[in-house]
Amino acid sequence: MSGGVDSSVAAALLVSQGYEVIGMMLRLWSEPGGESSNRCCTPDAMALARRVAARLDIPFYAIDAQEIFNQTVVQFFLNGYAQGITPNPCLVCNRQIRWDFLLKRALALGAQFLATGHYVRLHRDGNGKLQILRALDQSKDQSYILHVLGQEQLAHALFPLGEFTKPQVRQLAREFDLPMAERSESQDLCFLGNGDTRGFLERNIPQVKNPGPILNRKGEILGEHKGLAFYTIGQRKGLGITAPLPLYVLEKDLLQNSLIIGTQEELGWNELLAAGVNWISGEPPAGPFRAQVKIRYKSLEAPAIVTPLDQGQVYVKFDYPLRDITPGQAAVFYAGEFCLGGGIIKNNQPQ
Amino acid sequence: MSRQSVRDMNRSHKIYLDYAATTPVDPRVIDAMLPYFGQVFGNPSSVHRLGQQSEAALETARETVAQLLNCQPNEIVFTSCGTESDNLALRGVALAARRDRGAQHILISPVEHHAVSNTAAQLAELHGFEVELLPVDANGMVHPDEVAGRLRPNTAVVSVIYANNEIGTINPLAEIGEICAEHGVPFHTDAVQAAAYLEVDGEKQHVNLMSIGAHKFYGPKGVGALFIRQGTAILPIQTGGGQEFGLRAGTHNIPYIVGLAEAFRLAQQERVTRIERLQPLRDHLIGQVLEEIPHSRLTGHPTLRLPNHASFVFAGIDGNALLMMLDVEGFACSSGSACKTGDPEPSEVLTALGLSRAWALGSLRITLGEGTTADHVEELLRVLPRLVANLRKIH
Repeated sequence: MSGGVDSSVAAALLVSQGYEVIGMMLRLWSEPGGESSNRCCTPDAMALARRVAARLDIPFYAIDAQEIFNQTVVQFFLNGYAQGITPNPCLVCNRQIRWDFLLKRALALGAQFLATGHYVRLHRDGNGKLQILRALDQSKDQSYILHVLGQEQLAHALFPLGEFTKPQVRQLAREFDLPMAERSESQDLCFLGNGDTRGFLERNIPQVKNPGPILNRKGEILGEHKGLAFYTIGQRKGLGITAPLPLYVLEKDLLQNSLIIGTQEELGWNELLAAGVNWISGEPPAGPFRAQVKIRYKSLEAPAIVTPLDQGQVYVKFDYPLRDITPGQAAVFYAGEFCLGGGIIKNNQPQ
Repeated sequence: MSRQSVRDMNRSHKIYLDYAATTPVDPRVIDAMLPYFGQVFGNPSSVHRLGQQSEAALETARETVAQLLNCQPNEIVFTSCGTESDNLALRGVALAARRDRGAQHILISPVEHHAVSNTAAQLAELHGFEVELLPVDANGMVHPDEVAGRLRPNTAVVSVIYANNEIGTINPLAEIGEICAEHGVPFHTDAVQAAAYLEVDGEKQHVNLMSIGAHKFYGPKGVGALFIRQGTAILPIQTGGGQEFGLRAGTHNIPYIVGLAEAFRLAQQERVTRIERLQPLRDHLIGQVLEEIPHSRLTGHPTLRLPNHASFVFAGIDGNALLMMLDVEGFACSSGSACKTGDPEPSEVLTALGLSRAWALGSLRITLGEGTTADHVEELLRVLPRLVANLRKIH
């Protein structure tokens, strides 16, 4: 429980359905000095979650996960940027903190399920396999983040909000008379309370402030970048270059420490290689298949052919080029409503 | 019966083993308090009859408490809690000693309640006092010789807890008090835990100041008292009207003061009976836990400890996680790193014993009381070894 409307309503729904519910809140790591702005677990959020638990008459416990969160999620985030990719720490948090560290502790308390306020649905197919379906509220769907789960975790998972829209959840919160503040739904990372990714990177990886040349495809120097970590593929603003046509970040050349930019026509790739792929069913498909592929949490899906390769890798060939295939983000595969799994984008030019 | 309904039964069946945290109010105490909410509600400072009736209740309570502490009624000041008593004692005496004789040295043990240690820390920070920590042995006990060697002409106050809340160890109060008296240094003791079970005698124990709080001995929360030996220089820390000999301004909370006196009277009157019943239960609990749980240790002194108090550390576990599991199983216990915010740090008391972080984080405190039965202890012993083993598995 975070004190927010989603986890609070999820808990209230379960109580009303007759489950014996125990509230748990993860105490996550924040940069020293930033504890009061950590989006997940400020003292205010904790006080709110306690009030919700008191209203529902359920026990509530705060779980210390600061050390493991720092070791896994934050270090993963920093390592990713140090290597020049744009990592998605929420994926690691869900895999290693929520659905491993927390799940183990919930089970140790005697719980049968771990429920969260994520917007996804669960379904059991004819063979007894659990499947993740997109939320009914497409705009809130969080299957992209939860594609990292497998059968073992899903067997203990409950997602009470998957059948509801956000407005319905707000309405339920009022009906349950839950005390809660309306909080902005920031997309910032929880441990960067103020959203200052740049400052955080500068404080923790000195080498990110390593200027280098900005080049076009022909190798002509157009300017100087401030450090590759501060740019993402497809970015247009903030390049500091005046040109007759808008220019976009095409590529980061880590070996040469150069930033390659170009026009809109030069932007876009129609293939990618992903690694560390998780198949929610537990088994990779036998061969290539058509799917809808999502390459960022908030991007639209694009039609593609997905080809499973050895060593947990997949090759994805899109029907048309996409302009922001970003190494470090996840590529997540869908068949209609069903989320099949996904992996981390390694490369947008596999050849 | 489904697993869920079994658990429901467990939940409604709570076993309270946290009497050092607080106690329920004895029904006899509630009866004594009730008339002073609505019937006799006057302000004891008022001139009229209603005020006089309240004043009579106040002074009767003061006499009762004075008798129990073997002191004079004008040596008792009522406060809002044990913590306030500690604050008044330390701050009031230190500041008076500074004013009267330029004192600047405060000597306390490293196993004080935060009410004492944080007050001393603030006196150091805001008023420039030098706070010196006495050494303790591996049981958390202060040795009188160590006090003798550290007293200075400019020592403002010495404060040593009578019986520690986390580890139960009882300090040799009379010996320490005698040394302080010989040197003419005011000696304060926090007797908040001790007052429920131990002899409290301002005279025999050579203390100048002693703090107690009602809710540790089946009285209400929100009321405490401080014994201040006549002739002890002290300044008020809460100023206003002249209540409590000018040492604690504010309209008296008569029902609570009456409750404190009655609860204290019952605690001291029934002291021996309570000890005779609880101590064997506690000894059985300690013996079984140490025998059945590998890598476990008792914290605090094996015999010179509060008779209802058992405290342990278990290597390599998170004490807070153990408390949650116990809670879910229906047992209310406590820990030295008790922390509701999920930010556990080993307690200063356990660290002062020389325990490493890996041991100190795995602490558990079980304190028995009037509602505790032999069955409760057996039930706890049935689940505790399994819970500790489970916790060790998930790391």
